[in-house]
Amino acid sequence: MNRIGTYLFLGAVALFLLLPLVVVLGVSVNEKQSLTFPPEGFSLAWYGQIFTDAEWRSALFNSLTLASGSAVLSISIALPLSWFLWRWYAPWANIFRLLGIAPFILPPVITALGFLTFWATSGFYGEPWTAIVSHGIFFVTLPLVTTTLGFTSIDKSVVEASSTLGANEFVIFKTVVFPLILPYVISGFAFTFVLSLNEYIVAYMSVGFTMETLPIKIFNALRYGYTPTMAAVSFLFVAVAALIFAVVARFGDLPKLLGNHSGGDVK
Amino acid sequence: MNQPAPNSVKDYGPLLYPALMLLVFFAIPFGIMIAVSFFQRDPAGFYTVDFVFSNYERFLSAFFGKVLSFSVGLAVLVSLICTVISFPFTYLLTRLKRRTQVFWLVGILSVLSLSEVIIGFSWSSLFSRTAGLTNLLVSLGILDSPTSLYPSFGAVLTAMVYQALPYTILVLYPSLARFDTSYLEAAKTMGASPIRAFMNVMVPVQRNTLIATLIMVFVFALGSYLLPQILGRPQHWTLSVLITDQAIYQSNMPFAAAMAVFLVLISLALIGLTLLIGKEEKVVS
Repeated sequence: MNRIGTYLFLGAVALFLLLPLVVVLGVSVNEKQSLTFPPEGFSLAWYGQIFTDAEWRSALFNSLTLASGSAVLSISIALPLSWFLWRWYAPWANIFRLLGIAPFILPPVITALGFLTFWATSGFYGEPWTAIVSHGIFFVTLPLVTTTLGFTSIDKSVVEASSTLGANEFVIFKTVVFPLILPYVISGFAFTFVLSLNEYIVAYMSVGFTMETLPIKIFNALRYGYTPTMAAVSFLFVAVAALIFAVVARFGDLPKLLGNHSGGDVK
Repeated sequence: MNQPAPNSVKDYGPLLYPALMLLVFFAIPFGIMIAVSFFQRDPAGFYTVDFVFSNYERFLSAFFGKVLSFSVGLAVLVSLICTVISFPFTYLLTRLKRRTQVFWLVGILSVLSLSEVIIGFSWSSLFSRTAGLTNLLVSLGILDSPTSLYPSFGAVLTAMVYQALPYTILVLYPSLARFDTSYLEAAKTMGASPIRAFMNVMVPVQRNTLIATLIMVFVFALGSYLLPQILGRPQHWTLSVLITDQAIYQSNMPFAAAMAVFLVLISLALIGLTLLIGKEEKVVS
């Protein structure tokens, strides 16, 4: 395609993706408590408020706890499952892979309602830990996909060699397999962490009435009018996501993780 | 290393914990949700156990029909727009230098992971009177005074395209990255213009990918539940909004569950269709 047209088209898409973020950034540095763009004056006070205001701080703390807890949980489920499916020939066990992927493909409101009815029926509705379990299951797809990719990219002759040298299953996993798939485990963790941080509906239906995560807090606050603090939180979220994905890209193979197996540069 | 079948019960050990977790916390909640869809509403609590079809009978109402057709129409529109933009975009993306590609991918993933709350908030700022796009038009002399562009259908549609676009790009990315450009080279050698080569060679070759993408994005768009609430009027509410509303605010969990079951059936049927298309593709190639 002609070069200028290509750049114009790519530029237009980039503009569309960036536009709301630019406005949010602008609004978040307003000096007075008003949502004007371009901003009037410059102030970082709204960013400070996330940490000084008790409500925003507690929402931030809740979100970080939820995101790290659910990321650990979903990896603890995904890793043994994908290891088992890689190590052994057991086609029927793929049903569990399917169970792990289903919540992510179906509209999220379905999983959310499933959890709501489940926690209500079991009597745990509103307990803070139910959000961690809900997110851990909801996002299990992500580490499942990354670790499965990690296992398939292991050169099996390495494993055979260590087996020939007398290492048992556990030693092979600890010394050979795990170090090889560690980058994939970390990317799975990163993806789950970022998405859990941003997730609204599943968290809301599990603990919405007893605990506020940042997205829940923003949505609740929307009803009482907009403040620059909301813009500051939103921009912080984008920045954190971009930073985490950039780190994943720095230490891992992002195109490959997203399904580009062509390897190396294309012309 | 070939994959041996497990020899003993001990070999199944590592499977125990993940299997148990997924059964207890996904399969069982799902089962309970289906059961609840046959229960009676209890305005004071969650539900009373029963076996009735009344929740499903409510689907026959004109109101439900309207919400359903609006949701489907909106999702179709979002899916079409996103695919039309993303297909050429993703193709160009896969031809970029690796470093540039990674840069784009980081950005696309960051937008994809954005909370619906944040997308709704950002676009409502952008469509607002004080911080919005209309200010730009005023300073350019096109408009006399800034106005608010929401709540409106256009606002809902724009934000939903914004939400689904990164998803569409990442759904298309693996197939387009694999695409063998020699087809296009051949077309160009024979004198076709680049755009013509793209339309007449690329699009037909990728037909199945395109159909699968349209369906995946359609299901994704069906799931949008906050944007219609933040940026639209009540007549722009979708099935997902209605499910949330019934479950949380109207405390009618059985009706919400019945609608959720219905949504699952639509989604599964469509996803099943993409799997069939995928199989056909494998047989052909």
